[in-house]
Amino acid sequence: MPPEEVKEQAASETLLDNYRVLDLTEGFCQIAGKLLGDLGADVIKVEPPGGSPSRDIGPFYKDIPHRERSLSWFAYNVNKRSMTLNLETATGKKLFCRLAERADVVLESFPPGYVPGLGLGYEKLSQINRGLIMVSITPFGQDGAKAHYKGSDLTSWASGGALYVAGVPECPPVWVSFPQASLHAGIDAVTGALIALNERSFSGEGQYIDVSTQEAVIAVDQFVPQMWDMARYIPKRTGAAYSFPPGTIMRMGLPCKDGHVAAILFGGGGLAFSQGMQRLANWIDEEGMAPEWFRNFDWVNDYSLGGASQETVNRVERVIGDFLKTKTKAELFAEALKRDILIAPVNDPKDVLEYEHLQVRDYWTKILHPELDDTLTYCGPFVKSSVAPVTIRRRPPLVGEHNREIYEGELGLTTGELISLKAAGVI
Amino acid sequence: MELEKALPLKGIKIADFTWYQVGPQGIRYLAVHGATVVLVETHTRPQGLRASSPYKKNIPSLDGSGAFANCNASKYGISLDLNKRRGQDVAKRLIEWADIVVEAYTPGMMKRWGLDYDSVKSINPDIIYLSTSQQGQYGPCARFKGFGNLASALAGFSHISGWPDQEPSPPYGAYSDAIGTRFVAIALLSALDYRRRTGKGLHLDLSQLEATIHFLAPLIMDYSVNGRIAQRNGNHLDRAAPHGVYPCSGDDRWIAIAVFNDSEWQALCRTLGDPPCCRDARFATFLARKQNEDELDRALSELTEGLEAEWLEKALQAAGLAAHVVETARDLFEDPQIRHRGYFHWLNHTKIGAHAYDGTAFKLSRSPDNYFAAPCLGEHNELVFKELLGMSDDEIGDLLVERVITTDADLPSALQK
Repeated sequence: MPPEEVKEQAASETLLDNYRVLDLTEGFCQIAGKLLGDLGADVIKVEPPGGSPSRDIGPFYKDIPHRERSLSWFAYNVNKRSMTLNLETATGKKLFCRLAERADVVLESFPPGYVPGLGLGYEKLSQINRGLIMVSITPFGQDGAKAHYKGSDLTSWASGGALYVAGVPECPPVWVSFPQASLHAGIDAVTGALIALNERSFSGEGQYIDVSTQEAVIAVDQFVPQMWDMARYIPKRTGAAYSFPPGTIMRMGLPCKDGHVAAILFGGGGLAFSQGMQRLANWIDEEGMAPEWFRNFDWVNDYSLGGASQETVNRVERVIGDFLKTKTKAELFAEALKRDILIAPVNDPKDVLEYEHLQVRDYWTKILHPELDDTLTYCGPFVKSSVAPVTIRRRPPLVGEHNREIYEGELGLTTGELISLKAAGVI
Repeated sequence: MELEKALPLKGIKIADFTWYQVGPQGIRYLAVHGATVVLVETHTRPQGLRASSPYKKNIPSLDGSGAFANCNASKYGISLDLNKRRGQDVAKRLIEWADIVVEAYTPGMMKRWGLDYDSVKSINPDIIYLSTSQQGQYGPCARFKGFGNLASALAGFSHISGWPDQEPSPPYGAYSDAIGTRFVAIALLSALDYRRRTGKGLHLDLSQLEATIHFLAPLIMDYSVNGRIAQRNGNHLDRAAPHGVYPCSGDDRWIAIAVFNDSEWQALCRTLGDPPCCRDARFATFLARKQNEDELDRALSELTEGLEAEWLEKALQAAGLAAHVVETARDLFEDPQIRHRGYFHWLNHTKIGAHAYDGTAFKLSRSPDNYFAAPCLGEHNELVFKELLGMSDDEIGDLLVERVITTDADLPSALQK
């Protein structure tokens, strides 16, 4: 084979097999299908006639609300095809069963009981296709006292413990101003599906996977459950700071001249930490801003996380805080890189897009949207692979864009049948 | 034995050269589903997470960290000095044994030990080798020390967390780690799928920053398309009002409430007994509530602050609203839903006894899982060197004498008992 052809073939290789995924999810857990698509699966977004309600979530392209212009929808639906299908009609159910016959994975995020109520639950579909893997993503899982609770991203963040520990003491607990809970649950759905696909490779059998968004959020609370279980400590919101048992609060972010920086400002046994503190102290000293006691401070033994008194911490942070206020974010980060100090700028989305390191790594992916006559910037691959690269192979689909190729090309319907299904509100 | 046969990742072998959170917790998803994982550590420089609280009853010890334990459930632990040539040779035997190698050192470290992908693929050509670091294996900032709160700031999370008139209140802890771990898991599982089909190994370069930005992707697009720079906005959400966190009776008790349309607002009003503010024109429609959202939050706070959070949660849910108590660390253990589903696993640790480990948020209907407690430093040396790698007692004895296999005697003086 000439080298050119070898290259060609390699480029079309993907990490995942060309698994067929039927994606019925809504909201940001749609990231599940998007990631499976990024990895090489053939993901079909099954939308109700008129389009997925998630297409109404902003922000919108050029701020014009429209079902074909939702940037949130774009971000989490690249690498998918789209078909429309009304699952609440008898014909729609039949067509879905035919699709499920040859699918590997079905993803859904309806309230518990809804899909089985349509006659399309795992019990039913597994009779049609014993290798099928079905994944349900819900706020609290399929069973238990709260299974039928209504959920939203904010209430999921609350129910999983991530909300209570964020914010400042004088205000209510605060979330991230962009919903996160469903994204975590979405990736867990992918992990579950991939484990089940691995198992299917030797058993031949599919299975049902039940994802709880509440539990996906608990995994975000770095060691918070262990603090209660092991040390009877309840961490609280402390602003940009760490609060570790037995209760010392140490800053992890501070203002600088033109904004804010994040930092690790503790020492202790971890050498990266204590040496980083020493190097920061040296720099402060060089600039003539270090008092005598600060110059000779023992960062290993007297300044571990949770191991220094609040009074000591406050003294140290006053020196560091005064110093940071004399420098810009850019100055601090440049010097942090040079001196191996643990300080990074608090970036806004503009800073992120302009961050040189990501550009050097050719991270951003530009995708043409012919109907917008524009090229949009998407996040690049979440992992760089030496073979079978993770890439965007399809721009997000228009509503029902692939109806013809799926209904006619794969299910063998005629154009006439397609027209009558449309008239009947099935597609 | 029956259990072992049914484990969904049975037979997958992983050499774990990771530390702190992202690598260990990512691999853990595979470990608890049946992969055999050997965690490589050393006494000469115990990893930072072993020195992180919480500790059982607040008593610090090398093997007693709950942070370390939670990230390393269901793994075997060995102690090996990779700075010694023979240590590197043993590591190579482990890599030869493994299907997957994961490393999370500062880029360049594995190469210094002769254990980078290019060096080890000759001894195990179909190895799946994943490197994870804060910003990837190359680029001007590749060697910047990778801690999650810094990556959260670089990725944009800190900027958009908190109140508009205050400095950022970033999500708790090293937030990007919680995202990075999940991407490590799916990258490894996909690579296994690839190898199963093609017989080929590969190298994966996972930048935690690049993975993490996917969780803010629409905001990056909003800037690149609309020129809008997202700002922190308290607990508000553009398509809901009220949407926030409100005080309840008791010590620091709160409820989160999300109301997406007028009929939900009316349901909320009915549940609260139709107080006067519910007839206030400023709050009558979605648009009006959005325009007067700060006043709305104040009015609602006044109504909730005398109510018990658990009662209010149940009442609002009964009215069809998304509402939930803001759970504390303690609440997570008392929540009937979490208990019912058995999320936490109480595993019996060799040194500190039983304590709670996180489970996973997904349940497989047919496949079992395989939870056991995290290893003490070097706890499974004999099992791994003898049974998994087939070394003789003599060979192991030599390695001990030469301090290639490390022991408590090799601990830094500050940690010696």
